[in-house]
Amino acid sequence: MNAIRHHFSPLQRLLHWVMAICILAMLFIGVGMVSTIMPKYVPLVAIHKTLGTAILVLALIRLVTRFYYGAPALPADLPEPMKLAAELSHYALYALMIGMPLLGWAMLSASAYPVELYGGIYLPAILPQSDSVRTLLWNAHYYLAFAFFALILMHAAAALFHALVRHDGVFEAMAPVPIRDEVTRVEYTAAE
Amino acid sequence: MLQPRSSTARSVLGSFVLIGVVVAGSAAAFAYTAGWLSPERLTPWKMLQALAPPSGPALGHRRNHAKGICFTGVFESNGNGAALSRASVLAAGQYPALGRFNLGTPNPEAADATVRVRGIGLRITPPDGQEWRTAMINAPVFAVSTPEGFHELLLAAGSKDPNAMKVFAEAHPEFASFGAWAKNAPWTGSYAEDRFNGLNSFIFTDGSGADHAVRWSLLPAAQVVPVTQDDLKKLDPDFLEQEITQRVRSGPLRWTMTVTVANPGDPTADPTKAWPEDRRTVEVGTLVVQRIEGEADGPCRDINFDPTVLPPGMRTSDDPFPAARSSVYAKSYDLRTAEAKDYPRTVAGPKP
Ligand code: HEM
Ligand code: HEM
Repeated sequence: MNAIRHHFSPLQRLLHWVMAICILAMLFIGVGMVSTIMPKYVPLVAIHKTLGTAILVLALIRLVTRFYYGAPALPADLPEPMKLAAELSHYALYALMIGMPLLGWAMLSASAYPVELYGGIYLPAILPQSDSVRTLLWNAHYYLAFAFFALILMHAAAALFHALVRHDGVFEAMAPVPIRDEVTRVEYTAAE
Repeated sequence: MLQPRSSTARSVLGSFVLIGVVVAGSAAAFAYTAGWLSPERLTPWKMLQALAPPSGPALGHRRNHAKGICFTGVFESNGNGAALSRASVLAAGQYPALGRFNLGTPNPEAADATVRVRGIGLRITPPDGQEWRTAMINAPVFAVSTPEGFHELLLAAGSKDPNAMKVFAEAHPEFASFGAWAKNAPWTGSYAEDRFNGLNSFIFTDGSGADHAVRWSLLPAAQVVPVTQDDLKKLDPDFLEQEITQRVRSGPLRWTMTVTVANPGDPTADPTKAWPEDRRTVEVGTLVVQRIEGEADGPCRDINFDPTVLPPGMRTSDDPFPAARSSVYAKSYDLRTAEAKDYPRTVAGPKP
């Protein structure tokens, strides 16, 4: 009985929390920058593009670690609808982590803007200029950003629900620092 | 078997309250950041509302400088600018240029003789992928010191209150020098005779890492023939684009690009304050306009001449305008590209 794991690997946990902070920052920077005309607009946009591209790279690494290490099983006694909600929301989060930066990059390409990151790095255009395409991408980047934020709030609420109400080890599985996991160990033995 | 820690009803309730507070607090912080809780924040959207004429904006068009005509050509860099900036566009060479002569009005149908401010949008693209975009006007100084002041000017100019401009001018004494230029400076009958000024200050970084605060201008090679506004009113409402199209047909047009370097202490954050005449000025190259291009279906239409699109070696300074302009131009671009159907690329009917 050695296949069952109760925690994500340390690399996965590190990626999770680093990316969580980065993505939240991206959402706040995004809505903050488009609503200001102050001098901070310029650095905010530069950070948005640079950090967003970093998230794309991290998300791809994370996807690989997910396939390689897998994920601990959810508690057996978790109601089916909750399990389904957890799985679907995790797919959606991966799709957004990868999709949002690609949409941003593609939107700038279709707008004939140079995609310049900090450090004088230019990303190549991934689409030719087009009014209709850039409008479509703009709308997708805009509406999905709000969907992303809503999903993150639900995800955080669910994580806290596991941690504070159910005490079922799901939160501990991704906790930023190793937390004693009596509960999971108990379930593990019980499950055997 | 060990029991998982049992939770009392009370602590469960407390947990739900805590979860609710975390979620609601995050949502509130997000809403605050987005400006939804701060109706007084000057957003790009508000600036565009203030720019729009009472009848509403011209859909599909630039929200300002809506009337114009596109051109292509080259920028012949003579290499002198390399002493000021390491940007590749200032290294000696010839680089493709795209630009747009335009009028400072949100109305694409305005008669040319009624618009005091003329401008040029310019994009220079050296082969290495770097880009220099700039948008300049014919005034020697800008009208107001701050973007907030520009918003107040737009509100005053659009106000029904006959005293609004007077009240504005009293609150903004810096408006006087622009006002005097608008009233007294001679007009010209051609874009080819206009001098265009960047007005905003930027920082150039040279190869050794030293910074220089600069402003730039385009000086026309064409002989300037001063005329009055009344002379121009007798001409066709579109005389500027007709004239420039004719002129370029008979040969390319040139402007000398000059870069003026600030002395320590010169005002860089305020485009209403000209720098003294004796400041070091470097001729960095020549803009050569070779072809006039279509406005509705030409290559300028889809370009946002965003003044913060700068190559490495150039960056914004403490001048608050480029950032404000970038934010507002982006919003204008978002809107006009989404409205493309309201401004057809091809004019119906036979082409002349
Ligand atoms: C995880 C990745 C990303 C997230 C969560 C994100 C989120 C956001 C948000 C919330 C906004 C503001 C939407 C609004 O209120 O109008 C925004 C706007 C924007 N984003 Fe992103 N973004 C991401 C990645 C990127 C990337 C990689 C780029 C470009 C390389 C990019 C380019 C832009 C641009 C240009 C805007 C302004 C659009 C406009 O109104 O003109 N984004 N983003
Ligand atoms: C806060 C102050 C300003 C605001 C809100 C403002 C607003 C605008 C807007 C909305 C556009 C249309 C952008 C587009 O859709 O592509 C525009 C274009 C333009 N602006 Fe400004 N502007 C400001 C300051 C200036 C200054 C200081 C200059 C000159 C030094 C300038 C020169 C131009 C020129 C030449 C264009 C036309 C560029 C083109 O052909 O696309 N503007 N402006």
